[in-house]
Amino acid sequence: MFENLSERLSGVFDRLTKQGALSEADVESALREVRTALLEADVSLPVVREFVKAVSKKATGQAVTKSITPGQQVVKIVHDELIAMLAGDTDPGVLKIDSPPAPILMVGLQGSGKTTTTAKLARRLKDREGKRVLLASLDTNRPAAMEQLAILGTQIGVDTLPIVKGEDPIAIAKRAKTQASLGGYDVYILDTAGRLHIDAELIAQAAAVRDVVSPRETLLVVDGLTGQDAVNVATEFDAKIGVTGVVLTRMDGDGRGGAALSMRAITGKPIRFIGLGEKTDALEVFDANRIAGRILGMGDIVALVEKA
Amino acid sequence: MSLFSKLKDRLFKSSTRLDAGIEGIVADAPAASAADEARRTVDDAMLEELEELLITADMGVETATRVTANIGDALHGRRLTTREIKEALAREVGRIMEPVARPLPIYPKKPQVVLVVGVNGSGKTTTIGKLASQFKAAGKQVVVAAGDTFRAAAVEQLQVWGERAGVPVLTAPEGSDPASLAFDAMTRAEEIGADLLLIDTAGRLQNRQDLMEELAKIVRVIRKKDPSAPHNTLLVLDATTGQNAVMQVDIFRKIADVSGLVMTKLDGTARGGVLVALADKFGLPIHAIGLGEQIDDLAPFDPQEFARALCGLEELK
Ligand SMILES: Nc1nc2c(ncn2[C@@H]2O[C@H](COP(=O)(O)OP(=O)(O)OP(=O)(O)O)[C@@H](O)[C@H]2O)c(=O)[nH]1
Ligand SMILES: Nc1nc2c(ncn2[C@@H]2O[C@H](COP(=O)(O)OP(=O)(O)OP(=O)(O)O)[C@@H](O)[C@H]2O)c(=O)[nH]1
Ligand SMILES: [Mg+2]
Ligand SMILES: [Mg+2]
Repeated sequence: MFENLSERLSGVFDRLTKQGALSEADVESALREVRTALLEADVSLPVVREFVKAVSKKATGQAVTKSITPGQQVVKIVHDELIAMLAGDTDPGVLKIDSPPAPILMVGLQGSGKTTTTAKLARRLKDREGKRVLLASLDTNRPAAMEQLAILGTQIGVDTLPIVKGEDPIAIAKRAKTQASLGGYDVYILDTAGRLHIDAELIAQAAAVRDVVSPRETLLVVDGLTGQDAVNVATEFDAKIGVTGVVLTRMDGDGRGGAALSMRAITGKPIRFIGLGEKTDALEVFDANRIAGRILGMGDIVALVEKA
Repeated sequence: MSLFSKLKDRLFKSSTRLDAGIEGIVADAPAASAADEARRTVDDAMLEELEELLITADMGVETATRVTANIGDALHGRRLTTREIKEALAREVGRIMEPVARPLPIYPKKPQVVLVVGVNGSGKTTTIGKLASQFKAAGKQVVVAAGDTFRAAAVEQLQVWGERAGVPVLTAPEGSDPASLAFDAMTRAEEIGADLLLIDTAGRLQNRQDLMEELAKIVRVIRKKDPSAPHNTLLVLDATTGQNAVMQVDIFRKIADVSGLVMTKLDGTARGGVLVALADKFGLPIHAIGLGEQIDDLAPFDPQEFARALCGLEELK
C-alpha cells in the first residue's frame, strides 16, 4: 500500500547525475518525499517538521559518492538522523530496580497492552535476572482485569497479590507495597486500569498511586499502531504522572511505528521495550536501528547504508 | 441531559488541535483592518496548511490532499473567517461520510449471527456488551458467545458484560477451538429461539496469517450451519490507530467479509480522521461509535456530527 522511501526517492532523483554535491533544490524535492513517507508512517506533524528541517541542513551541499545514487545518499542521511533521534544514551533494557523491593508502575490508555506487558516484564526479570517479582492489579474498572493478571502470573510462575474485592486502587497499592517488603520481593509491578490522558479524575488517581509507592520506573505502554495522537498521550501522561520510559506494543503488526519517533522526540523519554506478540515471551529491548528502517518502510536499509 | 447529548459532549471536546490549528491559519493572514473579523484568502499556501491539519487528525496524506483540493476548487480566492473554513471542511468531510453512515442492518433470520472481529485491544468485547444491551432494550432476544478462547480471562470479561446486559453467555473452555464454539453457539441460539447471536473473537493482527486463517475457518464453519451467516461481520477499530487502520480494513475485509465498522475510543483526543480515508477507499458502512467504557457509551454514527467534531465546530444547536 505504501511505497518505501527509496522507491519514492528514486523517482525524484532519476533526472540527476550521480556526480557532484546535493543542491538545495535536490534536497528540497527529496525532503517533500521524506515528509510524506514519515506522515504515512504516523510520525506526528510537528515532529516531521523539525525532522525535515534538521535533515535539510545536513544534506545540503553533501558530496555524493560514486558508489551510491543521490537518492540513497538522502536515505542514508535520513536514516542516520532517525537513529540519532530515536536512540537514548543508556541501555533501554536496564530498569532501575536496585534497592528492593523496587516498584514499577504501568500506565497507559485503554487496551494498549499494560496487563500483558506487566506479565512479559515480570517473566523477563525472573528468567534473565533471577528476580523475585510480585504483580498486583489495580484495575478495579475493567471486567475480569484482575483475573487476567492472576492467570498470567500463574502461567509464568510469578506471584500475584491476592484479590480483595471492593478495595480501591490506592489501598491495593499500599497492600502491594507492604506485601513486597514483607515477602522479600525484589520488584513489584503495579498494573493499572486503562485511562484517557484527558480523564482528570483517573489521572489524579494514578498520580495518587505514584505518591504512595514512589515507583523507580513508570512505564507508559503505548500501542505501536497509534497515529497522530501519540504526542498528546505521551505529553499528558508525562506531565501529570511522570513517566521514565515507553513500551511500544503490537510491533509484531505491519504498522510503521512512527509513534515511537513522535514520543521520543517530544517527551525525550526513552523507548525501553517493544511488544512482539500476545505471548509472555514476546518482549524485546528497543533497537533504534530496526525501528528507523521500519519507519522508512525498508527492512533492507542496513545493507544499503553499508554500501555508502 | 439526555443520553445522546451526554455522549455527544465527549465527541465535541473543547479546543481540539484542528480547531486551534484553523485559528492559527487565519491568524497567519495579514490583517486587513482591525475592525474586520480576521479572514484568510484561500490560496495554495493556505490549502497546504489546511492539508497538514487534516493529516494531524489521521486522515492520511492522500485523503487530506483530496479534501483540500476540493475546497480549493470551490473556494479559491475567497476570503474566509475561521468559522467559514471549518464549515467548508465539515461540509466536505460530511459529504464523504454521509453514504457510509448506516445502522447495523437487521434481518428476519433467526438467529441473526453477528461476528465481531478486529486487532487486539480495539474494544470488541466491550462493544459486544454495549450492543447486547441495546438490542435487548429494543426487545430482541440476544445471546452472546465467548469466541475468544485464547486471551487470559477473556471469557470471564464477557460473562460480566453478559450479566450487565442481562443476556446469556455461551462459553467453551480456554484453548478450545473457536470455530466449534461458534457452531455450537448457533445450534444453541436456534434451540432457544434467539433473535440475535453476537460472537466475540480473539484479537488478531491482520498480518498474522495463522490467526487470519483461524478466522477464515470460523466463518467457514458458521456457513456450514447457515450459508447466509454471519449476517453481519463487524470490524472494531480503535480511534487512536493511525494509518494502519487502512491495512486492517483491507485484510479483514478480504478474509472475513467485513460488512460494517465500529470505531471505539472517540471519547479520547484522537479524532478518528482515518475513518474519512476508510470511507473514501472502501465505502464500508459505519454503524456506531464507542464513547466510553460504560454499557450505554455506544452511539449511532452520525456523519454530520462526526464531521463537525473533526473540524472543530461546536455541536449544532
Ligand atoms: N499482537 C500483540 N498483541 C498484544 C501485544 N501486547 C498486548 N497484546 C494484546 O492486546 C490486547 C490488550 O492487551 P492488555 O494487556 O489486556 O491491555 P491493557 O492495556 O491491560 O488493557 P486495559 O486494561 O483494558 O486498559 C490483548 O489481546 C493482548 O493479548 C503485542 O505486543 N502484540
Ligand atoms: N475510553 C474508551 N475505552 C473503551 C471503549 N471501548 C472499549 N474501551 C476499553 O478498551 C479496553 C479494551 O477493550 P476490550 O473490549 O477488552 O477490547 P477487545 O478488542 O475485546 O480486546 P482483546 O479481546 O484483548 O483483543 C478496555 O479497557 C475497554 O474498557 C471506548 O469507546 N472508549
Ligand atoms: Mg489491563
Ligand atoms: Mg476481547
